[in-house]
Amino acid sequence: MIELNEKLVFDRPESVIDRPTHYCPGCHHGIAHRLIGELLDEMGLAEKTLLASSIGCSVFLYNYLNVDAVESPHGRAPAVATGMKRARPDKFVFTYQGDGDLASIGMAEIMHAANRGEKICVVFVNNTVYGMTGGQMAPTTLIGQSTTTTPNGRCQTHDGSPIRMTEIMATLGGVAYAARGSLDNVKNIRQAKKYLKKAFEFQTNETGFGFVELLSGCPTNWKMTPLQANERLQNEMIPYFPLGVYKDVSEDGGVC
Amino acid sequence: MSRIVVQEDRCKGCLLCTTVCPVDIIVQSDRFNVSGYKVAEVPEADADKCIGCASCALICPDVAIKVYKTPKKKGGK
Repeated sequence: MIELNEKLVFDRPESVIDRPTHYCPGCHHGIAHRLIGELLDEMGLAEKTLLASSIGCSVFLYNYLNVDAVESPHGRAPAVATGMKRARPDKFVFTYQGDGDLASIGMAEIMHAANRGEKICVVFVNNTVYGMTGGQMAPTTLIGQSTTTTPNGRCQTHDGSPIRMTEIMATLGGVAYAARGSLDNVKNIRQAKKYLKKAFEFQTNETGFGFVELLSGCPTNWKMTPLQANERLQNEMIPYFPLGVYKDVSEDGGVC
Repeated sequence: MSRIVVQEDRCKGCLLCTTVCPVDIIVQSDRFNVSGYKVAEVPEADADKCIGCASCALICPDVAIKVYKTPKKKGGK
């Protein structure tokens, strides 16, 4: 029997459009979308948000988040966001990028946007492969990880080491907030939402550049089931990409 | 009593929800949905064990789970 005084305690946030996503089963992009949607609703930003969307699996983000969006060329989302924020400083501007987009093709844009201290937020979803194009090696691919371009596993002497973006961001002067979260379990998802909220607040109170990396799984390109991919994230990715806050200017005495 | 409602046409059968349920009542059903995925469900026999923690909804990548919770009344259920 359904009791009359029961409450709906969990439902789709208004900013997340009610439509099926094109993501593979077990892909963590959907969780990241929902966290952003919840925050835009809770912080009352949905009506004044501009999204600079990227290329990759998240290319159709404008279909899933109910905000105004500009589709940027591959990797150039921070440059597009810079233009939007400078033209309309009253708007809330964020980018949503994958690791191939941000850490490889768009490395120049993200470094300089961060170093200039543009008052934008960057959500960086790291799943250690180029997802949409078929699982090629990305700069964040772990040593030994087999991809379509490194079938015998990534070799450190030949292909270099995986880039830790959040650590790099934390060293740049313009960055106000840099943190790394993960989307593999309930505790980490709640923590990731706190990181995102903090990064968003650094923009709403006009402090500076906010960067949040979210470790995520890619079952299809890792050739695993969603549950195996979740375990790999916990056992292999988190030890190499430690979670936590790497820079927070509000704790360092703030900026002028 | 709490309960979850799985929106079956959205569920992709990834079963991430089964990894986080503290009372382990979510299982994969034998039914296929319109996309050909075997959806997650709570068997009828276990329905009253749900504590309404919303962990499953929190990890669901497809926002396919709604959680209903009934506030506890004074003096028992």
